[in-house]
Amino acid sequence: MVVDQTLEKVKDIIEAVKKEQSLEEGDILINCLHKVQDVYQNFVPSEAAEIVAESLNVPLSKVYEVLTFYTMFSTKTRGTFIIRVCNSLPCHVTGGAKIIETLFEELKVGFGGTTEDGLFTLEKTGCLGLCGVGPVIMINDQFYGNLTPERVVEIIAGYRKKGRAGT
Amino acid sequence: MNTGEKTSIPNEVVAPQVEARAATNTILLCAGGACISSGEESCLTSLRATLEKYALQDVVKVVETGCMGMCDAGPLMILYPEGVFYQKLKPSDMELIVSEHLLKGRIVESKLFENPNTKVKITSAYDDHPFFTKQVKIATRNMGIIDPMSIEEYIAHDGYFSLQKVLQEMTPEQVIDTIKRSGLRGRGGAGFPTGLKWELARKVPGNEKYVLCNADEGDPGAFMDRSILEGDPHSVLEAMVIAGYAIGAQKGYIYIRAEYPLAIERLNEGIKQAKAYGLFGENIMGSGFSFDLEIRMGAGAFVCGEETALIESVEGKRGQPRVKPPFPAQKGVWNKPTLNNNVETYANIPTIILKGPEWFASIGTEKSKGTKVFCLAGKIKNTGLVEVPIGITLREIVYDIGGGIPNNKAFKAVQTGGPSGGCIPAQYLDMPIDYESLKTIGTMMGSGGMVFMDEDTCMVDVAKFFLGFSVDESCGKCTPCREGNRVMHEILERITSGEGEEGDIEKLETLGQSIIDSSLCGLGQSSPQPVLSTIRYFRDEYEAHIKEKRCPAKVCRPLIRYQIDESKCVGCTACAKVCPVSAISGEIKKPHTIDPEICTRCGSCIGVCRFGAISRVTPA
Repeated sequence: MVVDQTLEKVKDIIEAVKKEQSLEEGDILINCLHKVQDVYQNFVPSEAAEIVAESLNVPLSKVYEVLTFYTMFSTKTRGTFIIRVCNSLPCHVTGGAKIIETLFEELKVGFGGTTEDGLFTLEKTGCLGLCGVGPVIMINDQFYGNLTPERVVEIIAGYRKKGRAGT
Repeated sequence: MNTGEKTSIPNEVVAPQVEARAATNTILLCAGGACISSGEESCLTSLRATLEKYALQDVVKVVETGCMGMCDAGPLMILYPEGVFYQKLKPSDMELIVSEHLLKGRIVESKLFENPNTKVKITSAYDDHPFFTKQVKIATRNMGIIDPMSIEEYIAHDGYFSLQKVLQEMTPEQVIDTIKRSGLRGRGGAGFPTGLKWELARKVPGNEKYVLCNADEGDPGAFMDRSILEGDPHSVLEAMVIAGYAIGAQKGYIYIRAEYPLAIERLNEGIKQAKAYGLFGENIMGSGFSFDLEIRMGAGAFVCGEETALIESVEGKRGQPRVKPPFPAQKGVWNKPTLNNNVETYANIPTIILKGPEWFASIGTEKSKGTKVFCLAGKIKNTGLVEVPIGITLREIVYDIGGGIPNNKAFKAVQTGGPSGGCIPAQYLDMPIDYESLKTIGTMMGSGGMVFMDEDTCMVDVAKFFLGFSVDESCGKCTPCREGNRVMHEILERITSGEGEEGDIEKLETLGQSIIDSSLCGLGQSSPQPVLSTIRYFRDEYEAHIKEKRCPAKVCRPLIRYQIDESKCVGCTACAKVCPVSAISGEIKKPHTIDPEICTRCGSCIGVCRFGAISRVTPA
């Protein structure tokens, strides 16, 4: 049963987080959700959220309150690769708008959208702190700086190859 | 040093580290976030392979350090014992560096810095390049020098000596008195005196208190906290233990944003190492004092940089600000007294304890002591991270350290304090940068991000951009910030689309002031500042947009046109090929024209024209 598998997986995650965060009880929700999201396709499915709520003994509404507040969490499926585009001034003045346009064209989705092949989700993010090499994007945990439209096309092509090889 | 029964830092074990480095060939490679994003990792792989090729892997030590500061010239490398600085490295350069520099002792000229003023190549950039020579490094003292993943190297550079001094020779009151006399003020924005904050937290009764580190750096253009945590995590960890001892807390949290995975990894490693040496945990160095510390991760919310929102998020909740008072010093994490400082503030503490408050207070101005780390970004030649004495003039930062504005453009303004601050126009270039002076001209120190803007930047567009950020990031708890900023943003949207009306500027001013007066938290109260500050100094630009429907900087798309100069156009068709909407027409080898009705003002054509024939115009 799929549900049973989910239950096991999420319970394991919660146990691991409890070990990692031993200073206090009751403040592990955010970290749990991060970990759950890492296991599923970059989102928190409703079954998993229910198990988190039950295991931590908090109302489901509280879990969703947190899930929907933070931009890095999602309740909808997202792509294998999340492209986060730095949307702050240093990247804007060094040509960020061009990079965003290129991404729109290349991926054929807007912010918050996921490509048809399920590989990419495009998101906006606050400053990534790499302002010295703007414009900057982050793909999963990897950063790319000093971007030009040509370089963006190249990077996306690289990930496409990687994604197709993986599936 | 007083050792007696107590255990002390095993410095005799680690001190030889420094000497070893000076004696042998050591290559320091900058592994700051910016250098990594511009290819440091592939350079490292190539370097290691090349060293092996020449059988040098055992005699040359390779160290990945924290941020060296000069981000635009990355990846960066320093070779010891000579201290030669190489820049803009590519994996293919490694062969030359190993075979020429290491084997033949010849400096690779092509990879050296060039002094921008004298055009002379600089071998030892730390000694000769104006970017470095004007700096005074306290908070960033170890960055680019030590391996951040090695506690031994940190200890070898006087690390954890302050903690030892505090635990073995000082009372908590003496520690607080030292910080007070140093004049250190909070580096996160508001500049509250740190010693006073510690004293307040100490005086609140209670056995259970918390030490918090705000590492939720979110101001656009500020990346010093990320760089410090990635480049020298132990400096912050050491300071937090000291703070715990001073205020009587046994537990601490570092709250860090999830967008900084590398910093989180290095902090975790640092905590593990410090625990292994007994510098965290039970009975630290035999003093009877115990302190434990854990990391809490954000999940993408700018508002969590506000201290009460941060506390909510540490507790695993939505990051929405609490009403103050009670202040965190009285009721913070789990409603217990809590001391909260930012990363850079903590990074100063060990040096203040070690060198004394008088030494620290001798740097800076009368009311703003010490140094400040600034991040230079935007339209400036040398982008990166610099630490300078407070009170330095903006001109020195822009032209000496920053190397001036690229492409011979004129300096227009610099935004400080991010979306909570304001802009400083050219007439204040000679004003000293300190907490008070910045306040008098309508901006703030903030966390130290400086975004430079040149003559091609439209200030109305900048204000709209910042406000858009505040609209996106408003947590939604209080109405003035949630709704007010949205309305202001709509007005700016109209103005930049050429639909501005008489009275819009006044509307923005009144609305902005009400948001400042009535918002709940510090972020809401400062969110209209970028608009008010640009109105204050660039009112004429607003008026040009509204009354004359033109954008003087030629940025706002609805207010500009692209045109081709017939005398310069040779009809190469490059622009027509690149135009995504086919707005450009003309016969080959004859001047082309742009149809303004079809043109979307994307600017692609300007980039490809090799004859300078295309220009932006805004109706006069």
